[in-house]
Amino acid sequence: MAQRVPLHPERRRPGERLRRALGSRPALLLLMTLVLAALWLLADAQGVTAQRLLSLAVRGVLLGGILALGAIGLTLIFGVLRLPNFAHGDLMTWGAYLALFGLAWVPAGRPLAPFSFGPELLALLVVIVPLVGLTGYTLDRLVFRRLRARRVPPVILAMAALGGAFLLRSLVYLGWGADFRAFYTGRPRPAIELFAGIRVRPDQLFILGLALLLIFLVYLLLERSKMGKAMRATADNADLARISGIDTEGVVRWTWLIGGGLAGAGGVMYALDTQLRPEMGWWLMLPLFASVILGTIGNAYGALVGALIIGLVWQMSTAFLNPAYGPGVAFAVLIVVLLFRPQGIFGTPGARS
Amino acid sequence: MALLTVDGLVTGYGEMEVLRGLSLSVEPGQVVSIIGPNGAGKSTAMKAVFGLLRPWQGSIRFDGQEIGGMSPDRIVRLGMCYVPQTENVFPSLTVEENLEMGAFVLTGSLAARKERVFDLFPRLAERRRQRAGKMSGGERQMVAMGRALMLDPRLLLLDEPSAGLAPLLVDLIFEKVREINAAGVAVLMVEQNARKSLELADHGYVLVGGRNAIDGPGRDLLVDPEVGRLYLGG
Repeated sequence: MAQRVPLHPERRRPGERLRRALGSRPALLLLMTLVLAALWLLADAQGVTAQRLLSLAVRGVLLGGILALGAIGLTLIFGVLRLPNFAHGDLMTWGAYLALFGLAWVPAGRPLAPFSFGPELLALLVVIVPLVGLTGYTLDRLVFRRLRARRVPPVILAMAALGGAFLLRSLVYLGWGADFRAFYTGRPRPAIELFAGIRVRPDQLFILGLALLLIFLVYLLLERSKMGKAMRATADNADLARISGIDTEGVVRWTWLIGGGLAGAGGVMYALDTQLRPEMGWWLMLPLFASVILGTIGNAYGALVGALIIGLVWQMSTAFLNPAYGPGVAFAVLIVVLLFRPQGIFGTPGARS
Repeated sequence: MALLTVDGLVTGYGEMEVLRGLSLSVEPGQVVSIIGPNGAGKSTAMKAVFGLLRPWQGSIRFDGQEIGGMSPDRIVRLGMCYVPQTENVFPSLTVEENLEMGAFVLTGSLAARKERVFDLFPRLAERRRQRAGKMSGGERQMVAMGRALMLDPRLLLLDEPSAGLAPLLVDLIFEKVREINAAGVAVLMVEQNARKSLELADHGYVLVGGRNAIDGPGRDLLVDPEVGRLYLGG
C-alpha cells in the first residue's frame, strides 16, 4: 500500500511535530528510563537506601520474568486469534492451584537445598504446563471458536474471555476456598546475600532461571520450528496464512498449548514466590496487558521487554508507595504509552493490529 | 481437457450479487487475462475460484474435480496457488520464511524449491534474511509470487500483480509472469494494465457487470475496436 505522504512536510504545525517526536521509539525508551530514574530519585529523597533500591530492582527483574511468562502467551493469543484473553491471569491462578492440588496427593520429598521445594514440584510442573495449555484450548473449543465462526465483534470476544476468567476463578473458590494458601506451609525460606548486600531467596533465583529457560525455548520454537514460523505468519496475516495452505487449526491449538502452558508455569512461579489466593492472577491482568501493549501487541519479544519494564516500575514504586498500588502504577504506564505511542515500542505508526 | 472451468458462476458478498454468471476456462500451460472496468467483479472472480467465497450458483472445476465451496487450504493441495492484490506477504517474516510458508503443506527439505524461486528472482536471494515488511512494493510482489510458486502449482492466480508499481517494475513483473508460464505453469490473472496483460495472454476475457462480455485470443482482443475503445484508451 502506498504511504500517505504530506504535501508540505516542512509546513507541519509545531504541535504536530512535537507529537511525532514524542511518539518515536527513542522517545518512548527515554521516557521509560526517565520514569525509572524519577522513581529512584523520589525514593532517594525519602531516605530509601541505594541498597534497598537495588534490591527492589532485582525483585523487579524477577517479577518481570513472571509477568513475561504470562505476557508472551497473552500477546501470542491476541496476535493469532485477535482475542484479548482476559482469562489469562486466571489461567495463571489455575496453574498455581493445580500445583497445590498435586502437592496434596504426591508424597513430599526432601527440599532440594537451598530451595524450599522438593523434586515433586518440578515433576508437577511438567504435568501442569500442558494441563493449563489444554484448559485454555478447551475454553477456545467450547466458546471462542464458536464466536469466531460467527464473526462476532471484538468486544463480544473480550466479554466471553472475561466470562472465562470468572468461571476459572469460581472453580478455584469452589475447590479451595478464599483463604491464602502456600505450597509449603511452615518451611523456612531464608534469604541469602547475592552481592553488595542484596538479599534474595534461592527460590527466586530458581524462578528467574526457569523463566529465562522457558522464554529461550519459546524463542527457539518461534524462530526455528515450522509451527513457530506458522504462528508468526498467522499473527501477521491470518487470511494469507489460510490461502498459503497453513494448517490454521493446528496453529490455534499450538498457540493455546504454548500460551496457556507458559501462563501455568508463571502462576506456579508466582505462587512459589508469594502465596496462593483465588484473585492472584486476576490482579496480574492489568500489568500483563500493560506489558503486552508497551511491547507492541502480537510481538512476543516486545512482551518480554514490556514485562521487564513493568516489573521494574512496579517494584521500584513500592519504595515509597503501598505495594498494593503496584498494578495501579502499571496502569499509569499503560495510559502514558497509549497516549503517546499506542503501537508500542516495536510497532510501526498506523500499523494494523 | 481444460485445467480450470468456471461455468455460470453467481456469487457476491452478503446480499450483494457481484458475479452474475461468469464462465471461463484455462487450458494447461495457458496465460489467461481477465480485464474490465472497476467494479466488474474481477477480484471477486479470483476469490471465488480460490474458495474464499462460496458460489451461489454455477460450478468451478479444477482438473475435472468440482472445487466450488472447497476451503483454500484444500485447493492449495490440488495445485492451485493464489497471490492477492494487497497484503500478500507476511511482513514480520524474512523473505526466506515467507517462501517456507508457501510450502507449509509439504514435509522435508525445501532448499531446492527455494533455490528455484531465487533463480527466478535473484533480487530475493540477496535479501533472503530481510523482513518482507521492510521491502519495496516491487520486491514484495516478488516475495508474494515466490511464495505462491513454492508448491509448484499447475495454476497460478494473480490479482493485479502490477498494481501500484513504477513502470520499469511493471515490465519486470510481466516478464516474470512470462518466465513462470514458460516453465509450464498456467496463469490466470486480473489486470488493470489491460494492454500489457492482453499482449501476454493466450486468451482474454472482458468482464462487465459480473459476466464475461467479450472473449477471445489476447491478440485478437488487442485489435478489437470495441475493447480498444472501452478499455485500452482508444
